[in-house]
Amino acid sequence: MHRFIRQRAIASLISLMLLVVAVFFLSRLTGDPAALYLPVEASEEMRQQFREVHGLNDPVLVQFGRYVSDLAQLNFGDSIRKARPAFEIVIEAFWWTLQLALITMALVTAAAIVLGSLAAFRAGGLFDRLATVSSLIGASAPDFWVAIVAIVVFSVGLGWVPTSGTGTLAHWILPIAVLFIRPFGLIVQVVRGAMITALSSAYVKTARAKGVKSQAIIFVHALRNAMLPVITVIGDQAAALLNGAVVIETIFGFPGVGKLMIDSILQRDFNVVLAAIMVTAMAIFLMNLLIDLAYSLLDPRIRH
Amino acid sequence: MTRFLDVRDLSVDFHTVTGTVHAVRNVSFYLDRGETLAILGESGSGKSVSSSAIMDLIDMPPGKITSGEIWFDGQDLLRMPASARREINGRRIAMIFQDPLSHLNPVYSVGWQIEEALTAHGADRATAKAEALRLVRRVGIPDPETSLQKYPHEFSGGQRQRLMIAMALALRPDLLIADEPTTALDVTVQAEVLALLKELQLETGMGVLIITHDLGVVAEIADRVAVMNGGAVVETGATHEVYRNPQHPYTARLIAAAPGKGEMHPEQPRREPVLSVRKVRKQFGQFTAVEDVSFDLMEGETLAIVGESGSGKSTVAKMLLRLEEPSGGQALWKGRDLFAMPPAELFKLRRDLQMVFQDPTQSLNPRMTVWQLITEAWVIHPEILPRDRWKARVAELLLQVGLKPEMASRYPHQFSGGQRQRIAIARALALEPKLIICDEAVSALDVSVQAQVIALLDDLRKRLGISYVFIAHDLPVVRDFADQVMVMQKGRVVELGPVAQVFDAPRAAYTQRLLAAGLDPDPDVQAERRKARLALA
Repeated sequence: MHRFIRQRAIASLISLMLLVVAVFFLSRLTGDPAALYLPVEASEEMRQQFREVHGLNDPVLVQFGRYVSDLAQLNFGDSIRKARPAFEIVIEAFWWTLQLALITMALVTAAAIVLGSLAAFRAGGLFDRLATVSSLIGASAPDFWVAIVAIVVFSVGLGWVPTSGTGTLAHWILPIAVLFIRPFGLIVQVVRGAMITALSSAYVKTARAKGVKSQAIIFVHALRNAMLPVITVIGDQAAALLNGAVVIETIFGFPGVGKLMIDSILQRDFNVVLAAIMVTAMAIFLMNLLIDLAYSLLDPRIRH
Repeated sequence: MTRFLDVRDLSVDFHTVTGTVHAVRNVSFYLDRGETLAILGESGSGKSVSSSAIMDLIDMPPGKITSGEIWFDGQDLLRMPASARREINGRRIAMIFQDPLSHLNPVYSVGWQIEEALTAHGADRATAKAEALRLVRRVGIPDPETSLQKYPHEFSGGQRQRLMIAMALALRPDLLIADEPTTALDVTVQAEVLALLKELQLETGMGVLIITHDLGVVAEIADRVAVMNGGAVVETGATHEVYRNPQHPYTARLIAAAPGKGEMHPEQPRREPVLSVRKVRKQFGQFTAVEDVSFDLMEGETLAIVGESGSGKSTVAKMLLRLEEPSGGQALWKGRDLFAMPPAELFKLRRDLQMVFQDPTQSLNPRMTVWQLITEAWVIHPEILPRDRWKARVAELLLQVGLKPEMASRYPHQFSGGQRQRIAIARALALEPKLIICDEAVSALDVSVQAQVIALLDDLRKRLGISYVFIAHDLPVVRDFADQVMVMQKGRVVELGPVAQVFDAPRAAYTQRLLAAGLDPDPDVQAERRKARLALA
């Protein structure tokens, strides 16, 4: 197991380094930050000075060398925009995103497993058909549209919840609800499919011949087997949320890492962009590791 | 008088997209305490559906019980609520299945699964744990304490079936239903498992309902037999009586089709071999799968390689076709070493050497028509046949294997298992091979179909002079078809000789054990064998 984790860590480190190289050089192609941060009437001298301060005057390769050596000391550089360490800014934003992602995925997982399992138990029945239709609608609804409609209806129209920002519990309701819909629709479908396969398997027949109760057959015998493909999809969806739900965070003015990245890219705040990418990449790596561990916990055949 | 189990006039339909299938039609049979009834039938005869009805295991829908009563110990099961039937399952009636690997839950330890049989009916964990240990010990699993912690995939096929038996017998049921319990097992293991069932039956006095396609299993274990065909019971009676004096033509046909009764091939004078295998070896890492295998095969001769799972017999076949790279040795095909041949030359030779696999459902591409399957050979080897003669040749090949030329436009799923194996043989013949390697080619087929395919192979041998390497675990089939028999055990050859010598005067102790473990359809012969086996043990 330790060997497995080490191998995974090395593989991830390599891809992380390639990512840093790619993002570093690509972001330099977006243009000169001096043109953005200084007023239009700023003199060439002032611009030159701005570049000097932020180390943008040196050849790109020299900048890259400096960046990598700083990075080796876990120094991600400062944000141009906010004149604060980039890492601090990213961690603050990431904490918001992490909470949002975890709460959403926990709700999605719990709801999808129950609904998908029940739909599979009487596949083809009325409940199954309702579940299938509603989950398909959920899986295919464009979330930016749902978000805007939700704001119009629940915030502007009914006034039940605030339109955007953070501060109270009520601020969380709409973002979570909107983010919930798509992964939920998708995972219900996956759970349903995996459960139908599991429930028609030979070991379920054995359990019935043993006189095991229906609930135990569904939630003990079938579900643990069905969880294997489900976990893969859960991981996938959670990774998408950890990356920052860019559109949703922007619409709801939610100070997460997705919004931070978009803002920083638009502002050519290179250090923040790089730090954000690395932090989310690390988080996704850790989550994939968790998924693999969950796999081996659920299935003894993988453990050996 | 009231019977312990009395199935009366049972009919089961399945409603499918293509229409209603009458899987079981007005079936009646009974079973008394302590008795063993075999339900004998080929695939699709309705034998498994009948037994599933007793345990409420039929999926409804698409299944529907349209008539009948199932009386068990004075109650009609079909009139009981589902919860009451669940109470009976496992406690009073238990079931074991074919293929114990898929019938055990892969993600729970076997200990947990055996305990569940007890806790599902109200036992507490501690009692269940102690009882599971006793059961596992009773069915002869080595190292019972640690075995309980293990998972199904960590056991051999025979051990898994023993564990299934332990689980089924946890609550000392009055009736055990065994659905093809030994079909996937090696012959020696099959004999052990059947013996265990018999022992446990004597201990507990339970009734045993055994579902099987194998006359040998019936002869070994059953007091009475009900023969099913096309969803109906065509004949029922005492095992001995039915075998000696079958009343229904289907029963008579089934008994006549049982392999192992015909004349054995006479020993042939040795001529120049077409295939000469010398000291072949295969190593998988540290594990030696095949060691020091040598044999000669003449034109028009059949060499059978027999052995149990893990004996290395399939690995030998795969090496001959270089589907598996050998670790050492030689295989001289008409004087040239197949193992030393460069790929280009091997490609040309491929058409001489063909293979027919066990499962035609998997070895035929489901998206190709019979025409495409057969003519693909000529697309790859265009020198065999000009395109304008394909049509005539396909028709000829299909007739040769007993199919009709107009079937060429169909897909594999439109054929029965036996027909599919014929297609696979036609495909092999398209290349005009000199040698066909059959890897368990008839094992998955019903007895009557098996006999037809064997007759076809034998006919092709006589007419076209094809040689066969015939890999099989089923000794009676080998006895009817082979000229030479090679017995393998743990990767080594333990005996090689003409068929009559190996079957009538086996030299190796292992061959003797193998033959003694084999099941004969004749109950009298089988009784003799049981004695011989006990003497060997």
